[in-house]
Amino acid sequence: MATLTIRDALNQALREELARDDSVFLMGEEVAEYDGAYKVTRGLLHDFGPKRVIDTPITELGFAGLGVGAAMAGLRPVVEFMTFNFSILATDQIINSAAKMLYMSGGQFKIPIVFRGPGGSAFQVSSQHSQALESWYAYFPGLKVVMPSTAADAKGLLKSAIRDDDPVVFIEQERMYGNKGEVPDDPDFTIPLGVADVKREGKDVTIVARSLMVPLALKAADQLEQQGVSCEVIDPRTIRPLDINTIVESVKKTNRVVIAEESHPICGVGAEISAEIMEHAFDYLDAPVKRVSGADVPMPYAKNLENLAIPDVERIVAAVREVAYID
Amino acid sequence: MATKVIMPKLSPTMEEGQISRWLKKEGDKVSMGEPLAEIDTDKATMEMQALANGVLRKILINEGQSAPLGQLIAIIAEPNEDIASLMAEAPAAAPAKQEQPKQEQEKPAEQPAPQPQVRAAAASAAPAPRAVDNGQPRTDSGRMIVSPLAARMAAEAGIDLRSLQGSGPSGRIIKRDIEAAISQPKAEPSFPRVVQAGQIPQIGASAYRDEPASEIRKTIAKRLVTSLGPVPHFFLTTEIEMDRAAEMRRGINALDPDLKISINDVIIKVAAAALVQHPEVNASFQEKFVRYYERADIGVAVAIEDGLITPVVRAADQKSLSQIAAEVRELAERARSRRLKPEEYTGATFSISNLGMFGIDEFTAVINPPEGAILAVGAMSAKPVVRDNELVIRQMMRVTMSCDHRVIDGATGAKFLQTFKKILENPLYLVV
Repeated sequence: MATLTIRDALNQALREELARDDSVFLMGEEVAEYDGAYKVTRGLLHDFGPKRVIDTPITELGFAGLGVGAAMAGLRPVVEFMTFNFSILATDQIINSAAKMLYMSGGQFKIPIVFRGPGGSAFQVSSQHSQALESWYAYFPGLKVVMPSTAADAKGLLKSAIRDDDPVVFIEQERMYGNKGEVPDDPDFTIPLGVADVKREGKDVTIVARSLMVPLALKAADQLEQQGVSCEVIDPRTIRPLDINTIVESVKKTNRVVIAEESHPICGVGAEISAEIMEHAFDYLDAPVKRVSGADVPMPYAKNLENLAIPDVERIVAAVREVAYID
Repeated sequence: MATKVIMPKLSPTMEEGQISRWLKKEGDKVSMGEPLAEIDTDKATMEMQALANGVLRKILINEGQSAPLGQLIAIIAEPNEDIASLMAEAPAAAPAKQEQPKQEQEKPAEQPAPQPQVRAAAASAAPAPRAVDNGQPRTDSGRMIVSPLAARMAAEAGIDLRSLQGSGPSGRIIKRDIEAAISQPKAEPSFPRVVQAGQIPQIGASAYRDEPASEIRKTIAKRLVTSLGPVPHFFLTTEIEMDRAAEMRRGINALDPDLKISINDVIIKVAAAALVQHPEVNASFQEKFVRYYERADIGVAVAIEDGLITPVVRAADQKSLSQIAAEVRELAERARSRRLKPEEYTGATFSISNLGMFGIDEFTAVINPPEGAILAVGAMSAKPVVRDNELVIRQMMRVTMSCDHRVIDGATGAKFLQTFKKILENPLYLVV
C-alpha cells in the first residue's frame, strides 16, 4: 500500500488504464502540455504522447461531442472538464447524446466515455465556479455518476469508470485533491460502481455523506462518540446507480438518518436518498430524515459567507443530536 | 408555561379513570416523563407520566376519585406562574370527596379553604385560554404523534400507544418511550386498608365502610348486567367420570414433571376438541346474524384480587396439552399482576370457569357476552357409582353449561356436552 494524494491516485488510475488499453485516450483543456489545471494528468503526455493525451481549445460542447463520436467509433475517451461548472456548456452532448445513444440506436452504439473533473466548492471562486452538479447528471437515465471521497476510492472507481461501457460522470472535489490515503498497489485494483462503502460502523445514527462531506462526517462521528452517540458513516460513492440497500440496512439498525451534502437542498441527491429511505424503511424510522445541505443561495465570494454556505462539522453534529433526540 | 394534566386514555375501553395514588404532591418538582400518578382503569392500574417540566401546582382530583377522559386533573407550572385561568377550566362539579357534601357552585365563599378551582371559576370573567401545547402526544384534533418505528414496535409488543406519553418534540412517541414501556412493569395496584375490628360498634346496625368501587369492579358490574338480564340463559348439567382423565394427567406429568398439567388444562383441551365438532355451540348471537367461529378460543376465568378476568387461550383446539398448560399458567400469572394486554382478555369464543379448587360441587356461571356459552366446572371427588350392576368408586365431576338460548337450543347444547363427556371419560379420543 502506498500513501497517495487523491490527485496522484487519479493520475495512477489514468496511467494504468492508458497502458492497459490502447483505445483509452485523454482530452481536455490544459491536460497535456500543462499537465492539467490541477495536475491530475501530470507526466501523461510525456509517457503516452500527443495521440493519447490531447489539449483542446476552450470549447466544452465541441470536445464533449468529439468524445461521444470517438466512443461511438470504438474508443474509450476520458474527457476532463477543468471544473464541472464548465460542463454546463457541454450538457447537450452529455445528456442528449452520451446518455441516450445506446437507447436511441436500439443498442447499436455503446458510449464508453468518462467525463471527469472537479466539482463542488473550491476556495473563494464564487457563484459560477463552486457548484455541485451531481443531481443534474444523476437525474438522467443512461448516465452513471461517481463521486469518490478517498484516494483508494478515487483510483479504484476511476479505473472501473474507464472500463465501463456506459457514459460515466466522475466528479472529483477540488478541495480534496491534496487529501492523502492508502492506495493498493495492485494494478488490477478496482472498485465496482454502484456499491456504497461503510466508512465507519455505528449503531445510533446513520450519516450518509459523499465527496467533501465524508471527512467532515467522520470528524463529526468522532466528536459524537465523545458525547456517547455512535454514528455509522456511509459513502454511496456512486450516486447513480445508488446503492440504497446498504443505506436502508443501516437505517434499519440505527433508525435515524442525517444526510450531509455540499449541494443545494432543493431537488438534490439528499432529497432522493431521503425519499428512498422513506419508501424502503418507513417502519424503521424513529425520527424524520434530516438533511444538512449547502445554503440555498449562489455561493458567496466573501470568505466568511462562503464558510456559512458550506456544511461543517458543527452542523452535522447538531443534526445528529437532533435526530437522536438529545437536544 | 403552565400545562394541563388531563385524564389520559389508558385502555381501549376506558371511559373514566380513578386516581389510585398520586406519586407527587402539590409543590413537588416534576420533570417530563416522571411518574405522576397511578390510575385505576377498567382493567389495570397504569402509571401516568408527567408531560412537562415544572412544579405540580394543583391536584384537582384526589386519590380514590374518578374523572372522565380528558378532564383536567392537575396543573403543572412554574413555581410563581399564575394558573388561575387554567384552573377556571377545572370541571364545575369535580367529583366530590366522599366525606364532603355536594359542592355548590353559586356559593364559592362558603367553601372550605382548599377549593381554589371553584373560586377561580367565579373570578375569571374572561374566556379561559386554550390548552397550551405542552408536548402531549395528542394534538387538538386528537391525533397522536408517533414515529413510524415506535408505532411498529408498539404493535409488535402489544402496547397501547394511548397509554404512553412521548418524550420527543411535540410529545412524539419515539423508540425510547416504547423501550421504557416494555421494560417497565405496570405499577402494583394499591388497595384501601380495611377498618380494624375494634372500631366496629357492638350495638345497633352493623358498622360499615364505603369504598369507592374500583374500575375493574365497575366494569364487571356493567358487563354482567348485560348478560343474565338480556341474555336468556338455560343450564345443562352432567356428571363425568374422571378416572381416565386423571390417570392420563398423572401419566403425562410423570413423563415430565415440568409440564405441570392440571385437570383444568385437560378440560380446556377437551372442550376445544368438542367445540370443533359442534361449531353451533362455538357461536355468538350478533342481533342480525349468528357468528360461527372456526377456532376454539377459550376464555379461562381467573380470580384476581378485587375481581376476575378471563385471559384467552387462542386456538386451544390446535394446541397440545403442554402448550395449553404453559400458556394458562403464564396468562394467569400476568392476570394476577394485572399485566395482561387488552387483546389477551377479550374475544374468546367460549369460556370455562372452574371453582373445583374451592370444593364447589356444582354451580352455574354467567355468560360473558357475546360468547354463546360458558362451562362451570365443579370439584372432582370420589363417589360410589353403579357400573355393570356393581357399586364401584369413581372420581366424579359435575359440569354445568350456561347457554345463550338465542344461539344454542337444548338439544344442541346437550349434544355438545355429550361429546365433551365422551372425550373426557375416554381421553384417548384426543389422539384418535
